[in-house]
Amino acid sequence: MMENVAEKIKKSSAFYCLECGKCTSVCPISRFNNSYSPRRMVAEGLFYGGNELISDNLLWSCLTCQLCSQRCPVDVRYSEYMRDIRAEAYSQGKWGNPSHGGTFHYIMDMLSSPNLKQSRTGWINDNLKVKTKGEVLYFVGCLPYYENYFAKDFDFSPISIAQDTVKILNYLGIEPVVMDNERCCGHDLYWLGQLRQFDELGQINLKEIEQTGAKTVVTACPECALVLKKLYPERFGSVNFKVKHIAEVVAENIGKLKFNTIDMEVTFQDPCRLGRHMGIYQQPREAMLSIPGIKFLEMPHNKQGAICCGTTNWMNCDTTSKQIQNSRLIEAKDTGANTLVTACPKCQIHFRCAECGEETEKVGIKLTDFVNLVASALTG
Amino acid sequence: MPVKKPKTKKKSTNKKFVPNIVAFACNWCSYAGADTAGVNRIQHSPNFRIIRTMCSGRVTPAFILKALKLGADGVLVSGCHFGDCHYIFGNYKAVDQFEKTKELVKTLGLDEKRIRLEWISAAEGPRWAQVINEFTEQITALGPSPLNHKPKFNK
Repeated sequence: MMENVAEKIKKSSAFYCLECGKCTSVCPISRFNNSYSPRRMVAEGLFYGGNELISDNLLWSCLTCQLCSQRCPVDVRYSEYMRDIRAEAYSQGKWGNPSHGGTFHYIMDMLSSPNLKQSRTGWINDNLKVKTKGEVLYFVGCLPYYENYFAKDFDFSPISIAQDTVKILNYLGIEPVVMDNERCCGHDLYWLGQLRQFDELGQINLKEIEQTGAKTVVTACPECALVLKKLYPERFGSVNFKVKHIAEVVAENIGKLKFNTIDMEVTFQDPCRLGRHMGIYQQPREAMLSIPGIKFLEMPHNKQGAICCGTTNWMNCDTTSKQIQNSRLIEAKDTGANTLVTACPKCQIHFRCAECGEETEKVGIKLTDFVNLVASALTG
Repeated sequence: MPVKKPKTKKKSTNKKFVPNIVAFACNWCSYAGADTAGVNRIQHSPNFRIIRTMCSGRVTPAFILKALKLGADGVLVSGCHFGDCHYIFGNYKAVDQFEKTKELVKTLGLDEKRIRLEWISAAEGPRWAQVINEFTEQITALGPSPLNHKPKFNK
């Protein structure tokens, strides 16, 4: 086991660690939870072979938001290090505290079963035009499940993100393919170190995408975009399609989209996967600024320095997560904006959860998805 | 004297499907109800495994999905009648949770008849037996779950 951990430390270049502690000083979890420290996590792996690290519950707290990697002077890939140590811990039967009792992890596991025939396209109404085979594919992701689970608790319909994405694509004259048998992309399983299940999901998805003959895959979820663009090629070799987040599609086609004037003061939450993982900062901002009447206000922590929404992978959501979310919402409110726009459905779910919880005070800022904002401003 | 051919056991290839049912029963009513059924020696089908929870409100979507994931063909959730709940409003919570689960199960492409919510009090032994028999029949008609080829739960 010691050798396994040493191998993993080598792969993520953690041996170069200078112990400067910049990671800990910038980590959103360390801000509120003193016992969590990325620097200590690396040091434990280096000096003690990770024995204690593997049975530490805090191992599952890392948000893999890569804020630490952004600051690291020697480029230690901390989130990859976490993933590999988690894979080792998982193989020994260790597991964190999944939120919602692990509902979403069970769904992901069930979706890796090839026999399953889902009925997940019930949200497509008569106004939306979709096909079964074509050049452009819309990868919906887990939105139908979020609709089932969260729509009743929050005053927000996750599936409206999918509907509005198709609406925008139709406006641009694109009839997207929506797959009937699409599976979870496996993003959470990848970062939790369950690589076998991730590969199973990936193989099914790649086969399904190939059958539709799609050349471009559009998605409204940064996590799906990251997986399809970077992680599938990393695990399975090259893929024969391009991947775009809807923000990129909108930014490319600003000239073709006609907007009504809407008076709004908005600020933007950069999702970690869209920003630091994929480097897409400018496109959503350009797209929002092209809508007349929108006043864009930037938060102090923005772009590369944006703070995560507090929970990832449906894992270890605790008071620390709530404090991160609350402080982020206060930061958004302090810009003077009345709406916080985010490009990730999960960010919005987490912020809404913080707003309805009892641990923290209500901030009272409106939340909306980037796609919903753009679609609501379209003319006609 | 004709030589008798040795009898060989014929392996039947078409085994009859016997469903695996997981029944979540609340400590205060349904578990005691099942007990009553047993004490009264009421015959009912034996292919269910009972899991005692303190309240039907504790049975979250995760419980039911985990059971289905591990290969259960059907899941029964059973609690006290409305107004009888030991924790006053636990079974109202159970209804909310169960509705959510139903939606999730439908989206997953499983038949919503695979999961069932029932109210059975401690005195209703015959009713427990009847519900189990009915549910077993229902699941047998539906056939094996598309997920039960994976019997081993690895974490």
